Amino acid sequence: MTYIFLQHYWWFIVSLLGALLVFLMFVQGANSLLFSLGATEEERRMIVNSTGRKWELTFTTLVTFGGAFFASFPLFYSTSFGGAYWLWMIILFSFVLQAVSYEFQNKHGNILGTSAYRWFLIINGIAGPFLLGCAVATFFNGSNFVVSKMNLTDGMQPVISSWANASHGLDALLDPWNLVLGLAVFFLARVLGILYVMNNVNDENIRCRGSVRLIGCTVPFLLLFVAFLVRTLLKDGYAVNASTGEVYMQPMKYLANLADMWYVAAMLVAGVVMVLYAIVRTVVSKTFVRGIWAGGAGTVLVVLSLLLCAGWNDTAYYPSNADLQSSLTIANSCSSEFTLRTMTYVSFLVPFVLAYIVVVWRKMDRKGIDRDEMKSDDLY
Amino acid sequence: MTDILLNIDASSVDWSRAQFALTAIYHWLFVPLTLGLAVIMGIMETCYYRTRKRFWKDTARFWQKLFGINFAMGVATGIILEFEFGTNWSNYSWFVGDIFGAPLAIEGIVAFFMEATFVSVMFFGWRKVSPGFHLASTWLTGLGATISAWWILVANAWMQYPVGCEFNPDTMRNEMLSFADVALSPFAIDKFCHTVTSAWIIGAVFTVAVGCYYLLKKREEKLAVESIKIGAAFGLFASLLAAGTGDGSAYRVASVQPMKLAAMEALYNGGTDVGLTAVAWVNPFSQPDYSNEGEPPLRIGIPNGLSFLATRDAHGYVPGINDIIKGGYRKPDGTMALSLDEKISRGSRAVNDLATYRSMKSRDRKDVSEDSVAVVLNRLKANMPYFGYGYVSDAEQTVPYIPVCFWAFRAMVGLGVLFILFFAVVLFMVYRKDISNAKWLHVAALVMLPLGYIASESGWIVAEFGRQPWTIQDMLPTWVAVSDIGSGSVMLTFFIFLVLFTMLLAAEITILCKAIKKGPKA
Repeated sequence: MTYIFLQHYWWFIVSLLGALLVFLMFVQGANSLLFSLGATEEERRMIVNSTGRKWELTFTTLVTFGGAFFASFPLFYSTSFGGAYWLWMIILFSFVLQAVSYEFQNKHGNILGTSAYRWFLIINGIAGPFLLGCAVATFFNGSNFVVSKMNLTDGMQPVISSWANASHGLDALLDPWNLVLGLAVFFLARVLGILYVMNNVNDENIRCRGSVRLIGCTVPFLLLFVAFLVRTLLKDGYAVNASTGEVYMQPMKYLANLADMWYVAAMLVAGVVMVLYAIVRTVVSKTFVRGIWAGGAGTVLVVLSLLLCAGWNDTAYYPSNADLQSSLTIANSCSSEFTLRTMTYVSFLVPFVLAYIVVVWRKMDRKGIDRDEMKSDDLY
Repeated sequence: MTDILLNIDASSVDWSRAQFALTAIYHWLFVPLTLGLAVIMGIMETCYYRTRKRFWKDTARFWQKLFGINFAMGVATGIILEFEFGTNWSNYSWFVGDIFGAPLAIEGIVAFFMEATFVSVMFFGWRKVSPGFHLASTWLTGLGATISAWWILVANAWMQYPVGCEFNPDTMRNEMLSFADVALSPFAIDKFCHTVTSAWIIGAVFTVAVGCYYLLKKREEKLAVESIKIGAAFGLFASLLAAGTGDGSAYRVASVQPMKLAAMEALYNGGTDVGLTAVAWVNPFSQPDYSNEGEPPLRIGIPNGLSFLATRDAHGYVPGINDIIKGGYRKPDGTMALSLDEKISRGSRAVNDLATYRSMKSRDRKDVSEDSVAVVLNRLKANMPYFGYGYVSDAEQTVPYIPVCFWAFRAMVGLGVLFILFFAVVLFMVYRKDISNAKWLHVAALVMLPLGYIASESGWIVAEFGRQPWTIQDMLPTWVAVSDIGSGSVMLTFFIFLVLFTMLLAAEITILCKAIKKGPKA
């Protein structure tokens, strides 16, 4: 395993975790539709209990995504989290609210009342996917930061990375193309949320409502996603000279990446087809409720291919618009060869982890949630 | 304390420290109960699995319900802590991310997923999986939480005692050389054992307190007595282990963080045959003038105790704060301690040599010979152990706030001893006598509950206050580790966290109290 291989391997692992995170944001998507999919208190409680048995996985994937980034690309962790302070803080606040809302909402003495915690879930359901989408869009559109490691020898100003303006990350929301991807991820999370609930909650009313809402979420998702994809593939991208490390603008860089990495392009196409298949079949068929699996797998493939496109093939994955040469690449921001190799051995545990998650998921979801289960006391 | 508050200026480093302390303190309100109750409810469900009696099932489910209420807050506060390393300590993240990031990532992959996957089986799987699978899930939830504690404590121990790494001047950061040295550092092992056993004490105190509450109210007597039996036995076992591991931790501190030990003991001028202080008058509201004052008045202690604790020799030499500043004494590893002035001088040379080295290696410089680069590099390597001192300007910056370290240490140790006595008495009473009418015992157990939290938080306060001013011991002071964020932004997030966590804590306590009042049949 060469150092270059390890850098690419770890970008793959981080991208895979990012892709799994987007898939698992079906939890957020369904929560954002809590009052729309569930017309009665019982229906809402079924939805909350359905997503409530998976929220920990989404949360853990987010934490592991952060931890893996820290271990493998610490300069990104330092630059993005320390620079885009407010963008990440708002995302974190929304996840803190979510973490307690399931457990607290129907408990006596929760001080704020059930509806407050439900609104917390909705806030997280909207803000989480949207802001994470905006943050990911900066991988293609750039951010405003400067990195100077020499600052470490300056006793007066030793910080090596700083944001180039006072917004500390909120400037990402001023770029319309970041908003486009943010909204696309938001609607995708809703699509996945509907597919998940239709599969996991055994209730005709919710399924009927889900079919209708699915169309309403799919249309804006497709429009926004296609617009972002076409624009990204055609715009100038942030390329790196592998021998000198110099970053420069290259016309249609991301399209070139797909052409150079046919397997990534194939993943992208396969992913899109699977998502469309899941949506179309769920809308057309009255009995098909397993769309979440094709949709989820398709989402993982699409997001994985986009993130690989952003980091592989001599591309700067976290470009700086303030100082092009400060842009982060998988080569200049990664951990040492020793650490990446050590972490690679640890990553061999991932299939084992995925295996027990699948076993538990199947055992727990063998029977869908229904109205009878709402009479038991194993509930949120 | 007033001084501390008045001295917190508007700099982002102070607000970042305050924010990290706030989130860590809140996080540690929930985590020890999670770790402790995980074992308690595991034991109770094992009793159910073996006997298949309805009573044990109800009891296990009752404790699992309380576990769940507390668990969510631990998760919520934990995510903030992880990301704060990046958001508030960005220089730190780069400077040591190569080493520090690995335990965090492993924590996620190995521990968090285990916890997250099996906790839902534990709560919702009673009717969906077999009793054996459910029991395994309950224990795996606790195991996941404990493995998580292992990795985060490995990371924390490394900050106190950085091993297994080397500074790379080409990348301007520290890089890992030995994963085994980091993951199995003796400091990490002691820290893990002491922290987890102290968390078990909280779980045990909580169990005994809830049991005694029911006895006081004359209800749920069987559940109360059986819970008290398990809680007291587990608590006594944990308290004795915590005392042993605490002694080990203090010995490690003495060898690698002598300033922390001196602050914990308010030992200004050290020597041989030093006693371990039980109490002394250290003004809790102001930093003592350690360089001019004599030892704190009214010191009562165990003769030769500190010498023995720090060196395993009753006549061993223990340096005080002024000795550490002046240097010139022999350290446990046999080398001579440098004076602070010498450390600052060598640290400054390391920082300057790093700048020179980087300048020589710059692509534009063709006039630099390999020999001159090697000379600078060798000098840099020789002075690198003192790199952090290059950012220090005077002795005052290197001395932690003594009153907090001193009193927090006393609170932790004193309450630790009290818990051993308490659990021994409860255990004796519950097996030998009818405790249903021992009101004094019921009240004592309820009083013990907040004391458990005070002891546990005090431990962390000693560990983290005592490490000041270092984010990483001798390597990186806090003011070099911090992110370049305006103090206004950090101040705002500090208050948002304060309000949010306080509100959620109030909600959790109320929910817990209501759930306990309702009892297992609710």
